[in-house]
Amino acid sequence: MINELIFMNGYAGYVLSAFSFTLLSFLGLYLVIKIQFVREQNKFITKFGSLNAEQANSAKSQRINKEILANSTNN
Amino acid sequence: MLKFFEPNKIFKITSRAPKYVLFLFIVVLSIGLVEALVLSPEDYKQSDAVRIMYVHVPAAWITLGIFSSITILSISGFIFKNKNFFLISKSLAPSGFVFNIIALVTGSIWGKPTWGTWWAWDARITSMLILVLFYAMYLIVWRIYDSEEKVYKISTLVTIVGIINVPIIKYSVDWWNTLHQPASINLLSKSSIHSSMLYPLLLMTAAFALFSLLIFLMKYNTELIKIKNKGLDRL
Repeated sequence: MINELIFMNGYAGYVLSAFSFTLLSFLGLYLVIKIQFVREQNKFITKFGSLNAEQANSAKSQRINKEILANSTNN
Repeated sequence: MLKFFEPNKIFKITSRAPKYVLFLFIVVLSIGLVEALVLSPEDYKQSDAVRIMYVHVPAAWITLGIFSSITILSISGFIFKNKNFFLISKSLAPSGFVFNIIALVTGSIWGKPTWGTWWAWDARITSMLILVLFYAMYLIVWRIYDSEEKVYKISTLVTIVGIINVPIIKYSVDWWNTLHQPASINLLSKSSIHSSMLYPLLLMTAAFALFSLLIFLMKYNTELIKIKNKGLDRL
């Protein structure tokens, strides 16, 4: 039973390499998109921090900006 | 109706959804992998090599679905003059591209034990290769042009030309003599695949769909923050 599962009648090399390629592609894509997201979020926080009080208030009046700031503190 | 989908209104949802989608994806994928690799039966002809189907077929279905969605959204963006449609299209493209590559590579791995070759220039495989080129062109257009109007026009043109290839992919196995077998699953008539193989296939398809939703949400949020960064520069 265990041998059948591991060797898959001689096709384990093909099956496991197909599944591994798929899962590694998932992981790679997830990491690339996550890095892009964190980079943009950090850029936003840096830019927001450099605003004066009036500009910051004006920026905060926008719903998305408020959400980005709230999410960045949650992360 | 369209106003409901404005970024300002949906960002609250799209920014919080990824963690829940990621959790659901991990759960469904884990069950799907156990079903696909352990519980589902081997095929009487292909033996255990048939298990490659559980990653190959969902990847192919989803890449076709995403390209069709990108085309519809791009054309709708022009008709309704809605930039958000273009943003959604752009955010869908990376996962569509990766699923297309997965379908090609896993198909190639499956080809070796079943057909005795890694690659054949048959109609289905060649048309899938052409689709990956259209995905690449679409993604490159977003990278190389600065003018929004130009990007919208050229990327839509790429999808309109590329969508001609989608029915060719679908019907290539019926129109030409190919190494691929005809479709085993039909929405309108009885499927020729046994339920013991159909359920794992549907589970893996659900897992893949959740993954593409996760990537879409993360990419869409990134694009919105990018726009907001430009907004801060203008203050």
